[in-house]
Amino acid sequence: MDNSVKKALSEYIGSESEAVTYEVELGAVIKFAKAIGDDNPIFSNPKLARTSRHGGVITPPTFLRSMFHNSSGEKIFFSAGVDGGSEWKYFEPVRIGDKITVIKKFVDFFTKDGSLGEMIFQINEIRYINQFDQIVATQRTTGISYEPKK
Amino acid sequence: MFKQLFFEDVKIGINLPVLKKKVSSQQLVMYAGASGDYYQIHYDQDYAKSNDLPGIIIHGALKNAFLGQLITDWIGDNGDLLELSVQYRGMDVPEDELTVTGIVTDIKIDSSKNNTIYCDIWIQNSSGKKSTLGKAIVSLPYKVITK
Repeated sequence: MDNSVKKALSEYIGSESEAVTYEVELGAVIKFAKAIGDDNPIFSNPKLARTSRHGGVITPPTFLRSMFHNSSGEKIFFSAGVDGGSEWKYFEPVRIGDKITVIKKFVDFFTKDGSLGEMIFQINEIRYINQFDQIVATQRTTGISYEPKK
Repeated sequence: MFKQLFFEDVKIGINLPVLKKKVSSQQLVMYAGASGDYYQIHYDQDYAKSNDLPGIIIHGALKNAFLGQLITDWIGDNGDLLELSVQYRGMDVPEDELTVTGIVTDIKIDSSKNNTIYCDIWIQNSSGKKSTLGKAIVSLPYKVITK
């Protein structure tokens, strides 16, 4: 691995993305639940969801994936990527009409040789904050980037 | 109409339900649209191959969603999902039969009777490989309130 790449990534540790805010829309949640094949009425049926303890539709656990952080100014060294994994922590339900602010922090990286050649693993922590300033969830992600040989 | 699991129903070593999934290429496009992840390796064969992949692959995040569904179906509306982690150990392809399941590995109760239940969860593909490994931590309501 080129040392200048490692140096640039090291300097990037701790940096945060610009905040971006989305509103949770019923149609988007229904579409997401349908796309993942989840027919639980709590994620799609306002009438039935009213009788639940949340009093309305809430979002499936990974719905927040559809609320991308602002990626401008992100450091990209290789042209291809795959997803290595996620660690979610949940603190509050996400409801229809919530306004969710998304901020990503670059926390660490490491490099490794593997089936796709030389790979960079970038660890980010994304936090999702509602309109009441409550952190509703955090997602720690591992992104793997590599340079295709072909 | 909402089926509920209670703390009293759970013991260390019990298996979680089994969720079967078979993803079509159409579902990958639906997921791309619903999630906003338009990376071409999930719907363009030529693009995927030019990225050294065997062909189009299932979004990791879609497999994460399946593990989320496994848990929310299991714990019911009054259960709380506290943590959900997932590691992608292998790529999965459309039309494969995926088995999504898990096992309860530990149970803790604190001094105020709050319970935490730890699970190992995974997705196994039709060749028997666990392509996706994860963990979930949940909390369940009590059938009998003893607090």
